[in-house]
Amino acid sequence: MTFDLKIDEPHPEHRADGLAQGVLEQDNDRPDGWLKVAGTATYAAEEQADDMLHGFLVRAPKIGAVSCPNVDDVRAMEGVRSVLRDPRMIRNAAQGTANEAPAQGVDRAAYVGQPVALVVAESFEQARHAAQALVVSVEEEDKPVQPDAVEPEKPEDKSTELGDLDRAMSEAAFTVDAVYTTPSMVSAAMEPHAATAHWDGETLTLRGSLQMLKFNRNELADSVGLDPKHVRVLAPYVGGGFGSKLGISADCVAAALAAMELKQPVRVVQHRRNVFEVNTRRSETRQHIRLAADTEGRLTGLGHEALVSNLPEEEFSEPVIQGSHFAYAASNRTLGMKVARIHRSAAGSVRAPGESVGVTAFEVAMDELAQAAGVDPVNLRLRNIPEKDPESGKPFSSHRLEAALRQGADAFGWSHRHAAPRQQREGEWWIGTGMAAAFRVNMVIEAEARISLTRDGATVMSDMTDIGTGSYAIFGQIAAELLGLPLDRIDAQLGDTRFPPGSGSGGSFGAASTGTAVWLAGMEIRKQIADRLGCSEAELTLKDGKATYANKRASLRDLLSDEPITGHGHVEPGEAAEKVRQATFGAHFAEVAVSDVTGEVCVRRMLGSFAAGRILNPRTATSQCHGGMTWGIGMALTEELTHDRRDGHAVNRDLAGYHLPVNADVPPLEVHFVEELDDWAGPMQAKGIGELGICGAGASILNAVYNACGARVRDMPATPDRVLAALPS
Amino acid sequence: MKTSFTVNGSPFSIDLDPRVTLLDALRDHLNLTGSKKGCDHGQCGACTVLVDGRRINACLSLAVMHDGDEITTVEGLSEDGRSPLQSAFVRHDGMQCGYCTPGQLCSATAVFREIAEGWPSHVSETLDGPYALTREELAERMSGNICRCSCYPGINAAILETAEEDAGYAEAAE
Repeated sequence: MTFDLKIDEPHPEHRADGLAQGVLEQDNDRPDGWLKVAGTATYAAEEQADDMLHGFLVRAPKIGAVSCPNVDDVRAMEGVRSVLRDPRMIRNAAQGTANEAPAQGVDRAAYVGQPVALVVAESFEQARHAAQALVVSVEEEDKPVQPDAVEPEKPEDKSTELGDLDRAMSEAAFTVDAVYTTPSMVSAAMEPHAATAHWDGETLTLRGSLQMLKFNRNELADSVGLDPKHVRVLAPYVGGGFGSKLGISADCVAAALAAMELKQPVRVVQHRRNVFEVNTRRSETRQHIRLAADTEGRLTGLGHEALVSNLPEEEFSEPVIQGSHFAYAASNRTLGMKVARIHRSAAGSVRAPGESVGVTAFEVAMDELAQAAGVDPVNLRLRNIPEKDPESGKPFSSHRLEAALRQGADAFGWSHRHAAPRQQREGEWWIGTGMAAAFRVNMVIEAEARISLTRDGATVMSDMTDIGTGSYAIFGQIAAELLGLPLDRIDAQLGDTRFPPGSGSGGSFGAASTGTAVWLAGMEIRKQIADRLGCSEAELTLKDGKATYANKRASLRDLLSDEPITGHGHVEPGEAAEKVRQATFGAHFAEVAVSDVTGEVCVRRMLGSFAAGRILNPRTATSQCHGGMTWGIGMALTEELTHDRRDGHAVNRDLAGYHLPVNADVPPLEVHFVEELDDWAGPMQAKGIGELGICGAGASILNAVYNACGARVRDMPATPDRVLAALPS
Repeated sequence: MKTSFTVNGSPFSIDLDPRVTLLDALRDHLNLTGSKKGCDHGQCGACTVLVDGRRINACLSLAVMHDGDEITTVEGLSEDGRSPLQSAFVRHDGMQCGYCTPGQLCSATAVFREIAEGWPSHVSETLDGPYALTREELAERMSGNICRCSCYPGINAAILETAEEDAGYAEAAE
C-alpha cells in the first residue's frame, strides 16, 4: 500500500505539533557527520577493485571539427587499454530533470573544453600521461562567444507587460534606471565530478557524484543505449553539488562506455580544471532595471529585463526575473528575458538559479531608490510588500517578509546606522552597513520513500541524495517523530536507485518533497499500528518505542511480529501551485570596511533573517544559510569566471584563479529564523531553505560598500579596481 | 620504486610508480580514502595530511619522497573517530557535504601544534611568539582549506572550543 498525497489544499492541522517524540525541529547532530569526521563516508571515486581501470578525459582546445591524428600511438602506450572516441559521449552535463541524454558527440567541439576522448589505462598515472600525449587537432570554426555578438532569442513565455512602465517612469517622483552585470560563476563543489562504472554483461552499476538519481539513471541509460531497468546508480555521499551535479555528467557516461567495452570496472574523475568547463556554469547576466516611485517611495512601476546566454540545444536559461514577478507591488511592469546562443561552456543551474543574481541586482537598485527618495532601505521594502501576487492576483500561501525585515533589523542594530554614505572612518577604512531583502520561489516535486519498521528500529529508504544538505538528519527526525522512536533507532539509507525514487537534491525542494514522502510513509505505519491497537491513527501516541491509546499501552516490540511493517509515501505537487503564490522570504544585513587606499572590501559581520516554514533541524538549516550568505560574499566580491573574448574559453578555470571565499574572508555570520508554518507547503508546513540564503546576500554587501564609501558598484564582483573607480572623487 | 613509510602507526612497504602522489598512494594503494582529492593542485586543502606532525598537501608531494616518514591521515587522528576535535566538528556542524572535512581536521591538528611551537602567521603582530589561538589567527591559519559549503562558522567554533576545553590537546597532537 502507499499513502499518496497530491498537494491541492492547505494542511492547517499541524500534526507535527501534536506528536510525542519531540525530535522534529530539534537541534540534532547530522548522523552522517560521524562518518565524515572519521573519513569513512565513501564518495564516488572511493570504491576499490583489483581490476579497476582509470580513465582520463581529454578536452578540445578550440571550437570546431575534432580529430586525433596520433590515436594509434597513444593506444600503444604503456598500460593504455583504450582511447574512447565514442559518439555517445556527452558534450556537457545534462540539465536538471532532463531525464534524457544531453547533446552528444566527440567529432565537433561546440565549446572550448568539451570532452572529445577518454583515455583508459591500468593506472591513473598511465592514463593521465597518455591523455596528455593525445594530440587533438581542431579545424577551427568561427563561432560567436560574446553575448553581444548575436541577435538574442526573446522567449515570449518569459515576458510580462502590465500597464505602461514608460509613462510611470516619466511621471514618477523618483526613478532608478540602471544596468547591472554579473559574470559567469561556477558551483565549484569540493568533490570533483567522478564515476566508477561496473558492467556485468547485463547491468550497469554506476557510483557517481550526482544530485538527482531517478533522472540520472534515465539520462545515463539514454546516453549509452540501455534500458533504464539495467542501470543502477549509487550516490550515498556527495561532496557538494550546488546544481552542477543535477544532470548526468561526462565522466559518468564515459566511464560507463569504457566499462561496457573493456568489461572491467572503470573510474573516471574529472580533473578540477575540467570541472570548470564540462559542467554547467551560471550564465553571466546583464540586467536592465527600472524603478518608478512616488514621493514616499511606493513603487508605481518596475522593469527587469535580462540578457543571459547558453549553448545551442540547451533548454535552460537563467531565470533572472523569477523573483521580480512577485517581490514588490507596482501596477506598471515590464519583465523580460533574452537568451544569446553562444559558444561558451553550457549554462545551467547553480545554487538558486534566477534569484541568486536577479534578486541581488534588483536589491542594489532598491538601495539606489532608497537613497534617491530619502527613505530608509528597510522602510522602502516594507512600503512595497504586495498584498497578493502583483501579476496573477493570487494570494500568497504565507508572507513573512515584514517579520524577517523587522526582526533582522532589530537584531542587527540597524537603527544605529548613518543614512548618508561616508560617515564613519577608521584609519584608511570606511565603515558602512547595508541590507537587502531575500526572495526565492518554493517548489515541491514528486517523491517517494519507504520506511520499514522492525523490532530493532526503522529504516528509511529513498534514492534521495544528501549533498551536504542534511537529508540523513531530517529524514531520521521525521521518521523518529512519527514512529515514536529515539533517533538512534532510525537508519536512513539514501542514494541508491534500488530504493523508491525521491525528489533528488535541487531547487531547495528536498526537505518538503522527499521529507513529505517520508512523513507519509511514517503515517502509513502509524495507521497499521493503530489498527493493531484498535484505535484511529489520530488517537495513537507513539513515544520511546511504546504505543499508547486510552488506557492501553504496549511496546512496539510486542506489537510487531517477525514481519516488518512497511509504509510507502508518495507526494506530488497539486493544485496548490495554481491556487497560491508560494515563496520563502528573508532579509540580509551586512557591515563592511572599505579601504580608501586599495579599494579592498572586508566584510565585518553579516546577519540573515529567514522565513521558510517549519524548520526541521535548526542546526543543519543554519549551516545551509551560512553557505548561502558566504556565496553572497563570493558573488559580491571575488567570484568571476572570465571568458576569453576570442574563443570563449574559461581563463581562470581552477581554484587559484577563481576565488571562492576562504575562512579568513568570512566574518561571524548570524542566522535567525522567523516563526512560520506555511499550511500550503504540505503536512509538515515546511519549505526549502537551501537557496534562500544566497538570494540578495551579495546586495547587502554592495549596499554596505556604498554606505561606507559612496562607491556604487553595478558590475559584480566589486573587486578593488572597480571600487576605486567608483569612489567619489 | 620501493618506498617504506608509516601511516597511522602501521608500517607499509610498497612498490610504486614514481609518478604516484602521496595522496594517490594513500587513497588507491593503501585504501585510505579519508584523505580527499579536491583539486590535485594544492589549491583546496582537502588532501591535507600530517607528515612527521606537520601538515602538507598530499597531492603536491610524490609518495617516493616520503621514505621513512611518519604519516597521519584522518583515519589516524583517533581510534574511534570521536576525538574531542572530531566530536566538536559534529556538534558544531563543522561540515555539510563532508568532502573537505578530513583536510580541515588534519589542518586544525597541525594548527594546535604550530601555535604551541610559536610559529607566526600572516596576521601575527610580531614574529616572536607565543601566540594565542584567536579567531583571527585561526581563520588565517585555516584559509588553505576551502569549504564550498561554507561551514567556516562551525569549523572555527569546533576548533576554538577544542583548544579551550582540552588544554592538553596541543601537546597530545605532538
